[in-house]
Amino acid sequence: MQLVADRLHKKFGAITAVAGVSFAATPGEVLGLLGPNGAGKSTIISMLSGLTKPDMGAVQIDGRPLGTGADPGKQCIGLVTQEITLLEDLPARMNLEFFGGLYGLSGHKLAARIAAVLELTSLSDRAGDAPKEFSGGMRRRLNIACALLHEPHILLLDEPTVGVDPQSRNAIFETIEVLAGEGRTLIYTTHYMEEVERLCDRVVIIDHGKVLADDSLSGLLASAPVANKLTLRYDLPPDRAALTEITGLPGVIQVDLAGTQLSVSAADLGTAAPRVLERLAARGFSCQELTSRRANLEDVFLALTGRTLRDA
Amino acid sequence: MSTAFTAFRALVRKDIALFVRDRRALVVSVLTPIAVAAFFGSLFGGTGSGGSPISRMPVGITDLDNSALTQAVVESLTQDESLDVQMLPEAQARQLVKSGKLRATMVFPAGFETAATGALVGLGKMPDIQLLYDPSQSIVRPMVAGLLTQHVMQRISRPNFIGGTRPAPFNLVDTAVTTGPRYNSYAHSFAGMSIQFILFMGIDAGITLLLMRQEGLWRRLRAAPLSRGVLVGSRAVATMLISMLILTVVYLVACLAFGVRIAGSVPGFIMIAAAFSLLAATTGLMISALGRSVGATRGVAIFSVLVLVMLGGAWVPSFLFPEWLQHVTEFVPTRWAVDGLDAMTWRGLPLQSALAPTAILIGWSVLFASIAVWRFSWEDG
Ligand SMILES: Nc1ncnc2c1ncn2[C@@H]1O[C@H](COP(=O)(O)OP(=O)(O)O)[C@@H](O)[C@H]1O
Ligand SMILES: [Mg+2]
Repeated sequence: MQLVADRLHKKFGAITAVAGVSFAATPGEVLGLLGPNGAGKSTIISMLSGLTKPDMGAVQIDGRPLGTGADPGKQCIGLVTQEITLLEDLPARMNLEFFGGLYGLSGHKLAARIAAVLELTSLSDRAGDAPKEFSGGMRRRLNIACALLHEPHILLLDEPTVGVDPQSRNAIFETIEVLAGEGRTLIYTTHYMEEVERLCDRVVIIDHGKVLADDSLSGLLASAPVANKLTLRYDLPPDRAALTEITGLPGVIQVDLAGTQLSVSAADLGTAAPRVLERLAARGFSCQELTSRRANLEDVFLALTGRTLRDA
Repeated sequence: MSTAFTAFRALVRKDIALFVRDRRALVVSVLTPIAVAAFFGSLFGGTGSGGSPISRMPVGITDLDNSALTQAVVESLTQDESLDVQMLPEAQARQLVKSGKLRATMVFPAGFETAATGALVGLGKMPDIQLLYDPSQSIVRPMVAGLLTQHVMQRISRPNFIGGTRPAPFNLVDTAVTTGPRYNSYAHSFAGMSIQFILFMGIDAGITLLLMRQEGLWRRLRAAPLSRGVLVGSRAVATMLISMLILTVVYLVACLAFGVRIAGSVPGFIMIAAAFSLLAATTGLMISALGRSVGATRGVAIFSVLVLVMLGGAWVPSFLFPEWLQHVTEFVPTRWAVDGLDAMTWRGLPLQSALAPTAILIGWSVLFASIAVWRFSWEDG
């Protein structure tokens, strides 16, 4: 099912949390909503899940507008909230029975679904224990399992890896990949660019309630003005003539020299790197050390906002 | 089965599971009312089967006449089992009444016998008996005055005073009257205390909902395709069922261990119990809708419940209230709950007598629920 956010607006008193956000998420795809804390991600998720009514704009599922309250359209959405929303004192199985019941599941169907989601989140052997006895990672996994019982076509995950150990994080990523592979539509919010790079096919960058970029991961990375970076260290600093020459090479965007360390930004490292090395060698400078780094989403965000994700 | 029904059932089941698993809630809501009711019940006369004697009312007498008649009257008053008589000088007796040690004191003036026997046959002025009483207990004055009149009349009509021609015109044969088996003060105290502690439970349910609304779980619930009616209604139904559960357990103990009987109509008892449970549930909803900070809300709610319960006659039966207060408290829902449960237990009244309390409790519940729906804020923030 296709999920469309159409010019969503939301204010809380004087604070504008979301100011005209539009994007579309398609089945089989993990759409990443990337933005710093306070960017408006959770508010967008609230509107997408039919929890909060947008002040303006609409949410559409396969072209049908989504309402709040008892709107049956909500039945095809699974929500994993940013906060863990479990009944801490009741056993995991009762938690699952409860959340399944909320979506109308009962009897054999419910039992079968509980077994399936426990399996998927590797919690089968802890079904009898209460979440208050679980590790952070297990609680997160159960929190996700609770959203999967009714087999939603659309899954909204709001920062589902906060406070999770690396092992559980990988388990969660694998679960998400399985779900996307089944043709579900997934939206994943986070302020960690590494997660988006690992998981998402498409990225929508949000800041101050607005969409700054909406593209495929590769498209975004290519669009970064400071694209890929080559760092070279020489025994002697290259002279002015050498710098002028490599700055003029095709594909080279920017050259900076700090002491004996030369930084070269290029659109495509594969073609730029050999040329740079070759020109400098021809001028008698011998390279001591070479590192290269692909542009990442941090660079994209920095270019778009002038801030880093962490400082934002 | 419709999704809404399944969801409703899941929500109710969740609330009951949480209550039953919460040891502290169980102790507070079930054991405490039983313990307190047992204490109050034993204090106010127990099972009423003649177990503990009625406590005597301490009164003073000052006899300035010292005649055969006054001595006979004093002797007669001393033998009355509702009085504990002390002979005292007037000043001391007055002091003891003032300090609350005596309920009342009476003074027979000098020349009482002569004047009284004369007045009885139409000769001379009637003598005065001074009655000094403690105004803090409204029942004292009429009671002492009545006893005094009775004993004086009995003695003065004997032959040695006015010629033996007039016996007392009647004998008083008194029996405690209820349609039920016997008055059981436990029946009253169990009614009062279950009502008090169930209202506390209702407050807790409301505060839990208030807390929940400030947490993520409430948002998570609202993500399901459920109407407000299902979300909030299920909460009320769960509280109501928990209240019925508490009433069942508490009254079971009252029946088995304290001889309380539902001498009236059992359907009537269930009706009142259900209507009161609805009141407790809607009280909770109202609290969750009106409350802001948890601490302040809890304080105000507990204070209000204590006042309501006190005015409802849960601590001290309402028939001991002064007249004006008895009228005022007719507006208090807890009074109807306590009186209704009393009517169905020891008073042994029929189903018909349960109708008014049930209707009034439901009326209050509707009012509370309307306030809750009106003031409940659904959106975030
Ligand atoms: N219920 C609310 N009441 C008032 N302000 C809110 C509320 N929810 C969010 N906000 C504000 O809206 C902005 C966006 O918040 P949020 O959507 O939670 O961002 P994110 O999930 O990206 O961290 C923030 O400034 C936040 O303080
Ligand atoms: Mg958030």
